[in-house]
Amino acid sequence: MSSAVMDKPVAAVTAPKRLRWLRILAWLVLLVVLLALPLYLDASWLKAGEYAMVGAVGAIGLTLLVGQAGQLSLAHAFFLLAGGTAYCVLAGPTKDERVLGFGLDPLLSLVLAVAFTALLGLAFAPVSGRLRGIYLGVASLSLVFLGLYFGQSASTLTGGTSTGREPAAFELFGFPFDNTGPRIEILGVPFRQAEKSWYLFLALTIIALVLAWGAVKGRIGRSWRAVRDNEASAAVMGVNVARAKAGAFAISSAYAGLAGVMTVLWYDILKPDESEYGTYGINVSIAYLAMVIIGGLGSVGGALVGALIVNGLPQVLALYSTQAGLFTQSGEGAFTPVLVSIFIYGAAIILVVLFEPGGLAAIGRRITGFSRKNPGKEGPR
Amino acid sequence: MSTFLQLVVNGLGKGAVYALLALGFVIIFKSTEVINFAHGSLVLFGGYIVVVTRDALGWAGASVLGIVTAGLLALVIERLLLSRSRLADPASLALLTIGVDVIVTEEIVRRIGVSVPFIGEAWDANPVRIGEITLFRTHLVALGVAAVLITAFYLAFKYSNWGIAMRAQAENREAAALMGIRSSRVTATAWLVAGLLAGVAVLFIATQDFSGSGLSRGTHSIALAAFPAAILGGLDSTAGAVVGGLVVGIAEALSAQYISFDFSKSAVFLVMLVVLVIRPSGLFGTRESTRV
Repeated sequence: MSSAVMDKPVAAVTAPKRLRWLRILAWLVLLVVLLALPLYLDASWLKAGEYAMVGAVGAIGLTLLVGQAGQLSLAHAFFLLAGGTAYCVLAGPTKDERVLGFGLDPLLSLVLAVAFTALLGLAFAPVSGRLRGIYLGVASLSLVFLGLYFGQSASTLTGGTSTGREPAAFELFGFPFDNTGPRIEILGVPFRQAEKSWYLFLALTIIALVLAWGAVKGRIGRSWRAVRDNEASAAVMGVNVARAKAGAFAISSAYAGLAGVMTVLWYDILKPDESEYGTYGINVSIAYLAMVIIGGLGSVGGALVGALIVNGLPQVLALYSTQAGLFTQSGEGAFTPVLVSIFIYGAAIILVVLFEPGGLAAIGRRITGFSRKNPGKEGPR
Repeated sequence: MSTFLQLVVNGLGKGAVYALLALGFVIIFKSTEVINFAHGSLVLFGGYIVVVTRDALGWAGASVLGIVTAGLLALVIERLLLSRSRLADPASLALLTIGVDVIVTEEIVRRIGVSVPFIGEAWDANPVRIGEITLFRTHLVALGVAAVLITAFYLAFKYSNWGIAMRAQAENREAAALMGIRSSRVTATAWLVAGLLAGVAVLFIATQDFSGSGLSRGTHSIALAAFPAAILGGLDSTAGAVVGGLVVGIAEALSAQYISFDFSKSAVFLVMLVVLVIRPSGLFGTRESTRV
């Protein structure tokens, strides 16, 4: 009996408890930093951060679906388009000749747009409930193609591929998030669109994050994991398999819908794609999948880091490149910031699958020594 | 009626190309249970090699080189990346191929730039008229080439040592290994063959007749239609891949004519969804059964 063996149980009991406090503290510090950032950063850097937050919301939804419920989906881009379009139509001006609008309150429109995409995800249940894994992944790819056709043909809703349509600026009980309204200044920093949107996006991301944690820790998350690990045994234990699968798809779609609304607000335009490659194309579905794989399938925190890498990196590279003169070539054969980031996350996917299937979340757990088997944060199926 | 006949023949020609691609998917899936998301990038790679070497080698030489290099790229992907993690879950290896696909595709698209070179010189944009019907020469050649290749594949699959080894491995990996079948060699050959087929397919895809556009990002998107072809036939059925390819080709041709050109891409995927709802493992796929 060496002392190491004796020490072990003690360490195992105390470490998680101490670490839990450390974790909460770390999240709080992060929150404070994020809240304070608009006081220090330029509008362009804030804009880059906001784009990462758009990715974070979408990636959280996808990691719940792929990692927790074990359903591969390449349809995320379609639900982004659906959410963005729903918001534009609901909140859009009623008197536009060219496009349809209902002139609803922007907050109500946002909520309804998210609900609408959830229903749309639920409508896919006859397919998503029957198929598993890769089959579902390819089947869901069809939604992206349907979305492409819809974006091109339903121009009264989407504005068409040539001009698109402008989304109604977001307002919260009459408080506008664009440059109109009363001039606000905090600690000598004028609060304009970039600063205001930062707080809006941060709030939406936090809501998305907290709800996802709740789902993972609760009964829903347990039923998802049971279905993921073995459908037959989940059914034996009393999980309604069809409902769990359809529910996971609907919730993930709702997250994508919210990310879609944020995308439209971020670009300040809804512009459907002309080909399969664009703002709502296959490349976007793959980018979201990359965030989730890099972060670690099923890990909500990992999805945030994945979003920071996949969506944040091209923005940051673009900002640095204008300052440092990197990747500034343009035209044919140029290494643009977007291209460089695609290379980086493509390589990251390969490395993660080969060497660390649990993704960055697993690496993080190893560094902090937080190795207690947490059923919610396990690697891929 | 003559329009319909024309559409069916041209659809079959397109379908033959999809069948070649889908057959590649199925061969890889049968031997490794991995879905190769990098198939589109193999197509692009083969086409790119043709484009850069055809001035030096002539069209025929460049085409042969393109086919061979596409096969070699597939082999390299398998040897360098997938064979390293044989114990990994096939689903996560499929995700790995997405990473490969993204890198290869973006690099080739960067190199092609704004030029969209056509590579079907020998037969492109030179339709044949038979009575009322206009037929694209590319589609006719594709149909012929695909028929020869698919027949050759079937004979090899049925009678050659490689074919028997592959079928044995698909049936039961462990038992096949115990019988002395070298699993790594079977897998590597499967990838090589799939890559070669992709290299052949691109010669028909990047043409006026087939897509109206040369080698570009669009070529990769067209290659994606091989997914529904393989899935609707049943991922583990080689006959299914051929049938699926032809169904996809005809569905695309008919919907482009009778509904709208924009819709034809979605139509292909809609057909797949309908088949999947009725038969979740595709038309000819093995049904999964759960043992409790």
